[in-house]
Amino acid sequence: MTIRPALPELFVGLGVLALAALVGWATAAIPQSTYARISPAAFPWAITAGLAALGALLTIEGLRGGWEHDEGTVLDLPGILWLGTGLAANLLLIDGLSIGETVILPRMGFIIASTILFACTARAFGSRRFLRDLAFGLVLTIVAYIGFDRVLGYQIGSGIIERFL
Amino acid sequence: METLGHLAQGFAVALTPINLMWALIGVAVGTAIGVLPGLGPALTIALLLPITTKVDPTAAFILFAGIYYGAMYGGSTTSILLNTPGESATIVTALEGNRMAKRGRAGAALATAAIGSFVAGTIGTIGITFLAGPVVDFALKFGPADYFSLMVLCFVTVSAVLGNSAVRGLTALFIGMFLGMIGVDNQSGQIRFAFGITELYDGINVIIVAVGLFAIGETLWLAAQPKVRDEVLDIKDSIWMSREDWARSWKPWIRGSLIGFPIGAMPAGGAEIPTFFSYSLEKKLSPKPEEFGHGAIEGVAGPEAANNASAAGVLVPMLALGLPTSATAAIMLSAFQSYGINPGPQLLESNPQLVWGLIASLYVGNVMLLVLNLPLVGLWVKMLKIPAPLLYGGILIFATIGSYGISRSVIDLILLYLIGIMGFFMRKFDFPTAPVIIGMILGPMAETNFRQAMTISNGDWSTFLTRPLSASLLALTLILLLGPKLHMFFRNRNPKPDHVPGDA
Repeated sequence: MTIRPALPELFVGLGVLALAALVGWATAAIPQSTYARISPAAFPWAITAGLAALGALLTIEGLRGGWEHDEGTVLDLPGILWLGTGLAANLLLIDGLSIGETVILPRMGFIIASTILFACTARAFGSRRFLRDLAFGLVLTIVAYIGFDRVLGYQIGSGIIERFL
Repeated sequence: METLGHLAQGFAVALTPINLMWALIGVAVGTAIGVLPGLGPALTIALLLPITTKVDPTAAFILFAGIYYGAMYGGSTTSILLNTPGESATIVTALEGNRMAKRGRAGAALATAAIGSFVAGTIGTIGITFLAGPVVDFALKFGPADYFSLMVLCFVTVSAVLGNSAVRGLTALFIGMFLGMIGVDNQSGQIRFAFGITELYDGINVIIVAVGLFAIGETLWLAAQPKVRDEVLDIKDSIWMSREDWARSWKPWIRGSLIGFPIGAMPAGGAEIPTFFSYSLEKKLSPKPEEFGHGAIEGVAGPEAANNASAAGVLVPMLALGLPTSATAAIMLSAFQSYGINPGPQLLESNPQLVWGLIASLYVGNVMLLVLNLPLVGLWVKMLKIPAPLLYGGILIFATIGSYGISRSVIDLILLYLIGIMGFFMRKFDFPTAPVIIGMILGPMAETNFRQAMTISNGDWSTFLTRPLSASLLALTLILLLGPKLHMFFRNRNPKPDHVPGDA
């Protein structure tokens, strides 16, 4: 029986090796400290070495056929895409987006951004009632905003709807 | 007797109306998040960490401990009625408990789980009460070198020994240590791993990592799965157990507690081993072993007790040594740090009110939980019927509040998503996530002890091998790391069930 390399696991191994390289590169940039007996770079070097060794072992495992054996699983691509859309919308709208002086997206605030996130997430989990989900999301974000920002003292910041609360 | 005096003072703290209120909120929230699939105590406590700036430490820890205990009770309800383990240690409960529910014995299964949790939680809390002092006395003899070696042992047990693969567990641990090193090094003042981003100078908040892995990563993973909704079974029988149920349950409760607590209290932690051990033990001792696999009450009573007792056990190294052996304990430890309280053997001396108040509140919380989870179980069953689309939408709203809502920084939101994507791939490729959190909190603590040890020894590395305690801890680590490899050489290991993120 020949063992074929498993590509996904091979990429995981190579990814960990790439992380080790990144950590090593950043470790090399830590300036030497003359005060400390143990350099602030000592542990970072140990982490680099550890990640490199583990990345190598994972790569070898990948070359030897990997460790995942549930070949038949199908990913729900629309689900992932809806969720990704929701997360991206939340990120872009919550604080707005501007390049230099140019405002590309105005700052909407938590309530609007996370209401959209809520509805997109619900869609990703199979809900077909987008308007109802928007309404649910709006109620939940307003309640959460009042509870966390006003009562518990989190700093969620203002926004288009927040300033009326 | 000194212990009982301390405990009495603890009750004086825990029984004030305001602390009773915190305990009640804690156990109620804990049961709720234990019942809801997808939320665990680690994630919930992380989301609530910012309240440490608002309330005094005793209140915060009573709340957190209530959530921690409550989640264990709530998790069993979900595994019995839904067959989806709310958290990984209740897999066995799902095995037998769900079969009992399918045969119309859901009430008896819920009752033996709740009363068993109460018995185990109380025995475990008694264990904490009497073990904390002696462990502290022993730990006060520890030097920095011994501490460092103890942490190395803890690193290896939580990542390499428990779980499916030592390599994947250690990878998760090292990623966590890397995340923990980001920011200003408090000994030399040097900035490490900030990649020129000023927001990273203060380090990454553990909230971001916990929420990223347990909320974003988990939701991404579930969104990618085919959508099948498990049916919530109805409770058709009485929640009061029959005479036979009691006769078959009480011994497994006691045995499960006695198995779970010591294993939880060891620097390894983990609730999986004691629950599986208790399950196989009860199967051997049962007068009706043929019922196992078809809904044997002993198979719910024993493992459920073992699970709760080991959860209590985890608090021993956390309170007495400052050593977190689970993701939840690591996050509670970071709460100590945000109060500027030094966790470790000095804690009992410096903050006796806090520690004994917390321990006393565990007794109180257990009584509250028994009431919440037996007569009021119907309330929690309703929560199970929340449709998945709304549940996960809600989880992501709270994830946004927990990250953006504490800093108003979009950088934190980006980091949250990046860690969430990492969490997705870790889930996909069967990497455990708890070691990331433990490495992140414990890594910098290990570094501090390492530096102190090397300063004391004038830079002599052999200090880790010449101190008897340190040397034996390192030897034990080596045996644990290489032992399974040798064992596997002779026998193939049985595959263990999946690890559910966000658990204790």
